[in-house]
Parts: sequence; C-alpha cells; structure tokens
Amino acid sequence: MSSARIIEIRSLHKIYRVGKVDVPALRGVDLAVKRGEFLSIVGPSGSGKSTLFHIIGGLTPPSSGQVRVADQDLAALTDAGRTNLRKRTVGFVFQKFNLLPNLTARDNIAVARYIAGTDSKPDPQFEEALRALSIANRLDHKPSALSGGEQQRVAIARAIVNHPAILLADEPTGNLDTENSKAVLEILRDLNERLGQTILMITHNPEAAQYGHRIVIMRDGRIMETT
Amino acid sequence: MTGKLVLENLKHKPMRSLLSFLLIGIPVTLILTLVGLSHGMIDDSNRRARGSGADLVVRAPTSAAFASMSTATMPEQKFLAYFSSQPHVKAVMGVVVHTVELVLAINGIDYDQFNRMTGGVRFVKGGPFQGPYDVLIDRYYAQQKHKAVGDTINLLNRDWRVCGVIEEGQLAHLLVPLKTLQELDEVNGKLNQIYLKLDNSANTDMVKAELKQALPEYQIISMEDLASLVRESVNRQGLSDFTAVVIGIAIVIGFAVVCLSMYMAVLQRTREIGILKSLGASKSFIVRIIWAEALLLGLGGTAFGIVLSYGARWVIVTLKPASFQIEIVYLWWPIAAGITLAGATLGALYPGLSAASHDPIEALSYE
Repeated sequence: MSSARIIEIRSLHKIYRVGKVDVPALRGVDLAVKRGEFLSIVGPSGSGKSTLFHIIGGLTPPSSGQVRVADQDLAALTDAGRTNLRKRTVGFVFQKFNLLPNLTARDNIAVARYIAGTDSKPDPQFEEALRALSIANRLDHKPSALSGGEQQRVAIARAIVNHPAILLADEPTGNLDTENSKAVLEILRDLNERLGQTILMITHNPEAAQYGHRIVIMRDGRIMETT
Repeated sequence: MTGKLVLENLKHKPMRSLLSFLLIGIPVTLILTLVGLSHGMIDDSNRRARGSGADLVVRAPTSAAFASMSTATMPEQKFLAYFSSQPHVKAVMGVVVHTVELVLAINGIDYDQFNRMTGGVRFVKGGPFQGPYDVLIDRYYAQQKHKAVGDTINLLNRDWRVCGVIEEGQLAHLLVPLKTLQELDEVNGKLNQIYLKLDNSANTDMVKAELKQALPEYQIISMEDLASLVRESVNRQGLSDFTAVVIGIAIVIGFAVVCLSMYMAVLQRTREIGILKSLGASKSFIVRIIWAEALLLGLGGTAFGIVLSYGARWVIVTLKPASFQIEIVYLWWPIAAGITLAGATLGALYPGLSAASHDPIEALSYE
C-alpha cells in the first residue's frame, strides 16, 4: 500500500443480522483516500455511508474484504485493537454532537485526552485549532448551555484533540442552521488546509459536499460514482 | 478524570444518589446500632462490677454471667462468714439481684458492706438508706429518668424514695436495702452473688485458686475475667449471631440497591457509554467508572448510616431511658464501610459488565 494512502478498502462487505434475516449494508466497496484529503460521501439513507464510517472508525468489524486504515488491517483487529484505533487514529464528529451532558465543554475535550492516555495539557497546535473554533470563552459551560453550533465546534475540538490521522464527520451540519453549518464547514476546511487533517464527511447537503476535494456517491451499499 | 465523570454523574441525578445513600445507610445503621448496644451493655456491666471495689465475685453453680438472670441460692450467713474467714479477704458483700427491665436490674445490698467494699460510697447528693423502701440511684439513671433526691420511683409495684444519688460505676444503677429485696423476692437469707475485696489485688489469682479448690462447683470470677465472661454471655444470647445476620442482610441490600441503581444508570446513560466507546474507552474503563460510582454510593451510604446511627442512639435513649446502654463504636465504622463496599462491588458487577458489552453503534443511536 502506498504510504500516501491512509485508507484503502477493497471488496468490503458488511452484513448485519436482523432477527433471522441477513441484511447486506455494504456490497463490495472499493475506496482509497490519500493522506490530507477531504472526501465528501453522499447518498440516500440506507446507502451504506454510516456503515462505511463505522467500519473505518473501528466501531464495527467488516464481514469480508480488506480495510487498511493508517497501515492497520481492520479485518485482523480484535475488539481491543479497534478500541485503540478509536483512541488515536480516528476522531468522530456526529450529527447529534454527542457531547457528554454532565461535563463542561472543557471536560468533554479533556476526557478524550484522558482516554487516549495523552498529557493533560493540550499542545500549542491544538490551542491554535481551539482559537479557530472560537469556543475559548464557552469552555466552562455544559452542553445544555451551548448553542448547536457551539456544541458541534466543541465536538470537533474533542475529535481532533489527540491529532487523529482521520477525522470522520457524520452529517456534521445535519442539526445546524445555514449560518452555523457554513461556520462548521469552514472550520473543517481550515483544519484540512492548515493542519493537513484527513477528513471524511458524510452529508446529504450538496453544497456541503462541495467542500471536499472529491465526492463519493453511494447507493445500495456500493460506490456508484466518484467526482 | 474518572473521579470527575463519576461525581458529575452522581450530581446529575441527586434524588437517585440520595435514595441510594439512604437505602445503603439503613443496614449500616442497623449494624452500628447492634454493635453499639452490645458494646454498651458489656462495658456498662464491667464498669459497674469493677467500680464495686471487689477483686473477686462468687456465684452459685448455675449462675449466668448476668447475675440478674439467676436465682438467689447461696445461704447468706453461712457464706459470708465462710468468706470473711478466708486469708487475704478484707471485705465481703452479699448481693441479691432483681431484673426490672430487660437490661436493668436492682441490686439489694447491705449498705455497710457496700460502703466497705467501695472504700466509701461516692455520693453526688443525698445519703444512705433511711428506711426499707429507700433507693440509691446513680447519676446516669438520675439524668436519664430526671429523678432527684426526695423523688419517688415505682419499682416492683412499689414506690421507693430516692435517698441518694451516687456516682456512676458503683455496682448498679439502682441499689435498695438487701433485706427488703430478699423479702420481696422471697429469698430471705439467700444471695445471688458475693463480692470479695482482698488485702492486695496481687493475691487475686492465688485466692481464686484456693477458693476454687474449696468450692469446686461455685463460680469464682476475678474482675478481669468478668469482662470476657459478660462478652461471651452477650454473644451466647444471640447478639453476635444477630449482628452476623444483619451484616449478611446489609451486604444483600447494598448489592441490590447498587445493582438496581447502577443498572438504571447504565440504561439511562447508554448513549453516553456509546460516546465514551467512540472516543476509545475500553471495556475496563467503562467497568471502572461504573465501579467507582458504586463505591462512591457505598461510601456515601456508609457516611449516611453513621449519621443515622447517632439518630438511632438518640431515639433509643429517649424512648428507653436508663435501660439500653448504647455506644458509638468507631472501630466498626471502617468495618461497616468494608461490608457496604463489598455489597456495592458485587452490585456493580452486572451493570458494569453490561455497560462494557454495549455495542457502540447501538449505544450511539440510543434515544
């Protein structure tokens, strides 16, 4: 595998068992993503976008096929191996923000560092990213006291605090208004351009998809088109 | 950070936390109250026996450690004369004991014998018996029952005049004339126990051995041995077994409360567990935070139980004054905490493992 390729997927299949029925979610996906690339993935509901994310992010193992993420063969990883992948190699940003409601924004970020086993004090590069996210004065508030846009920016800060090789953003603007959506997308683009952060973003929004270097269109568990 | 996560979780649902503390605290209170009662009764009994000034006590063969539970069988004149004539015996005192409440007894004494035995009765107020139905009460009884010299106390269906209040730890809380009690109990000329004061306490073992040889069927007990004898007696009466049962119940309740509380918490926090897993939290990390929270509930419950044990003591003393002696036994605080934490650890096991085995994707989609 070329070192420039941070993700390389071949013939990826994922089948979920629902009751006694096998439901194929991915039916042979091939995908390569270069380090530092910003990739948008679009497609209707049920097309397999989120499943692809969950496999790349180590939340679930593939049923078959080859998946290499940051030089790790995900098919060969144990549950503990996938847990370690989530600590340092990938960072997630979710549509529903998924901040811990009992903790302040600062502690939500700190908990990610704690779990990853990194130093308690963030590094200068992260401090710079934090300034770009414009949440410095909101860090001591709990999620319930933050707007949707602020929560998503905290979620982005949490996702990148351990400098993951890949940032997986699943509908990051799905719960935001136009203004906040644009702000979040600009932040993602900035992270990609200034820090070289590899980003994979799922979106339903064609305008949001344009922020990516490439757009991958999925349907029925397959990649139909790449533009 | 684990501590902060756990504390914030407890603060997030204050009513759940408080109820858990209360439910865990109640068995802790039960344990501490039982142990406090046991220690209180033993210590009070020993304190009073030692305060009599005697070195040895003689009891009939069938006597129990608590003499109040025995019948007077020893012939007064014969035995007092016999023991008075023994070498090293400086003073003798015959006593009849009559139980008036579960753990409260009247001691019938000959005042002169008692005065010699104690080396001079220490009065707080008043003086010796003036008539057959006079009673001496100790300061503890006077305070608990709000009685003073000149007041009347109804005991054994008769009114007794308080002729004096003596300092605590002098044989009994209630002392009446020996002859009166013998008549009332219809044991004229008989005694429950005989106290012996020696010329030198160092001779206790020697005199005890000689008396045992002469009176092999009788119980010859030194004041040092009395403490362990009373403790054994209290335990034989089932208090230690009862305490063991309550400890067992405490573990079960601690387990059940923590298990239920943490299981509910895990259900409520399914999504949060999913978030932690998406951040790379391992199964052991998830188990650790559930366990830490359970331990905090256990510690909080123990603290609650300790506070409640003071309340229980107040209730017992208020409802049954001058009856049950109850102590706060600090030594049992860490023991009660250990018992509770054992229950909490067991209780956290299933919710912890359940949380750790959550599928992260399902947990993240939990509403």
